[in-house]
Amino acid sequence: MLSFIGRSIIQKIITLVFVMVISFLIIHLAPGEPSQVDPLNPKFTPEMVERFRKAFHLDEPLHIQFVYFYRDLFTGKTVSWKDNEPVLKKIWGRFLNSLPLFIVGTILMWTLAFPVGIHSAIFRGGTYDRSATFLSYFLISIPGFFFAYILILLVVNTFHVPVIGMRTFGLGETSWLRIIMDRTWHLLLPSLLGATGGIAVLSRYVRSQMLEVESQDYVRTARAKGLPQEQVHYKHALRNALLPFVTMFGLILPALIGGSVIIESIFSWPGMGRMAFEAILARDYPIILTVNFISAVLVLAGTFISDLLYMVVDPRIRL
Amino acid sequence: MKKENKHIVSTPGMQEAPLVPRESRWQEFWRLLRKNRLALAGLIIFVCFFLIAVGGLVLTSGTKPVFDPAMVRLQEKLRPPFSEPRLEDLSPEEIPTLGIYLLGTDDLGRDVFSRMLQGAWVAVTIGFVAVGIAVLIGICMGGIAGYFGRNPVRVDHILFAVVVSVGAGLLLSGVFWAGGVLLATGCASVLVQRWWKKTRGTQSVPPLIRLLSQETFSIDTLIMRLVDIMLCFPVFFLILTVVALLPASMYNIMIIIGLTSWMGTTRFVRAELLSLREQDFVTAAKALGVKDWRIIFRHMVPNAMAPVLVSATIGIANAILIEAGLSFLGFGVPPPHATWGNIISAGKEFIFDAPWLTFIPGCAILIVVLAFNLFGEGLRDILNPKLRERY
Repeated sequence: MLSFIGRSIIQKIITLVFVMVISFLIIHLAPGEPSQVDPLNPKFTPEMVERFRKAFHLDEPLHIQFVYFYRDLFTGKTVSWKDNEPVLKKIWGRFLNSLPLFIVGTILMWTLAFPVGIHSAIFRGGTYDRSATFLSYFLISIPGFFFAYILILLVVNTFHVPVIGMRTFGLGETSWLRIIMDRTWHLLLPSLLGATGGIAVLSRYVRSQMLEVESQDYVRTARAKGLPQEQVHYKHALRNALLPFVTMFGLILPALIGGSVIIESIFSWPGMGRMAFEAILARDYPIILTVNFISAVLVLAGTFISDLLYMVVDPRIRL
Repeated sequence: MKKENKHIVSTPGMQEAPLVPRESRWQEFWRLLRKNRLALAGLIIFVCFFLIAVGGLVLTSGTKPVFDPAMVRLQEKLRPPFSEPRLEDLSPEEIPTLGIYLLGTDDLGRDVFSRMLQGAWVAVTIGFVAVGIAVLIGICMGGIAGYFGRNPVRVDHILFAVVVSVGAGLLLSGVFWAGGVLLATGCASVLVQRWWKKTRGTQSVPPLIRLLSQETFSIDTLIMRLVDIMLCFPVFFLILTVVALLPASMYNIMIIIGLTSWMGTTRFVRAELLSLREQDFVTAAKALGVKDWRIIFRHMVPNAMAPVLVSATIGIANAILIEAGLSFLGFGVPPPHATWGNIISAGKEFIFDAPWLTFIPGCAILIVVLAFNLFGEGLRDILNPKLRERY
């Protein structure tokens, strides 16, 4: 167990170093330079550009830039090129905005996908199963922005509530109930949209896991003993079918920082995805690289946690 | 299924005579496909879509196309679907080919029907080329990892790779002299090694050279760690970054989507090849002296194609969705060329006045992607006998 942990930590660190190198190379070898973003701006005199390049070490060779950048990142001194603000502080602020979306989306995903998946596995081949299957393919296939517009039109036309942004402007001093309702409406649509794909995929996965377990011999034995159907399904089958999903707690970790670029820009939600998108537009390399680095760390940490959880819950693969 | 098996077994004379299966692989495939309604519908839509796209390419390209997707009629903007053109305002060449605006016009008075036709071909090419690149890389990487996986990488291999890649990098960044020297050293070292092997054979070698042939890790580890590294990048964000930094063009988008989505195929092919490698027909082929590459691509890969086909079909659906998303954000195929994502992204400002600009391309994307997904899932059930019994 300990040797497994040690080995995989070393492996993950090596992977992380390569990710750092590759993402740095991708950004810096692409044609164009950040100093050329706005060539027509009269304030950008050649001397200005030269000073800018000097201040951010852009005149150094690549490997020295690499060392400078990651030294600054690990000491927390990296600043955005656009407004000279510390990157980590900026990311933290946006992260707090994205967090409610992530939490509500995850709760929606897990509470909707499991009942649907289990139900369609129990009544497989029936009308419910077939319509759930079709619906989940429908949800996987629909372009997110198109679905977002349909939902916005629907909600705005039927309930007459504003949904764009994090809260309604100019609400002022009203009762706390109204403020809470306002926040809820603004939160609900984007988090639902962020979760649609997840709901569809997860419910299919739950269904196939459940089918797998239901065809096992011990389930047949339980049936043959004359146990009531509920007990067979929920006590014998479901418990074992849930096993792989424990590990998914680790795998949802990267979604923390992902944040959907498209959904956040439709809803004008000032979250992580929007910030990353704006950074790409402005060629703000420190922010792009930092977001990339943090998300790589989260992916690696997520797989590590899920491996560990799997070893804890499944005695068969304990090393 | 079970009934038919019984039927075949109970046929008299079954044990002696017919060794040839009753139905060919295609017949069986077709029989199973017809049973799976959703997959069949997916296939039909897919074929129709492909024909429409080819027709669209023919009808909308050239100097004088039948349907001109770029014809601007400012006096006819935002007309709803099925509306008649106001003939008195239009010069003869501006009149739409069909006599009416079948799917309406956009904010510049361009015929949405022609633009949809043009966009259909873009969707097809992006889907197929991107997935083609991904599958090609995936099969090669997976094939090498699965077949040669146990072979170790030696220190001199690593040195060679480092020297050549640094040399190429220097050449590309403009340091011709040092880069050229490094590249030449790399190539020369291969020749020296050949010569060494030929002349010396297996004589004792000095310790320094022995250090060079020290074994480090296996090829399998190398390729699978590469897959792990690629999986660390948030895909849509990575594509967006690269597309935003590179000059906008359709080919860049295809290549980038392809280069960022080969990891799944690699894993599938590797897993299949690992189990196929132990089978008798591979041993037989090796005993016959068949070359390694021929064994991989002629004997093993065809047997590992089932999961690859499935993931490729679903991959096409994903590629179309990614392109639409990029176009929506303004990083898709550059403007005069119409794609379905472009039409939506231009029409989103008129969503209340001209909802057809959002709904027609949106529904088109939805239907095509749904068809690919349904067909892919059906294919999974058909090609994998283990899944068939489930229903």
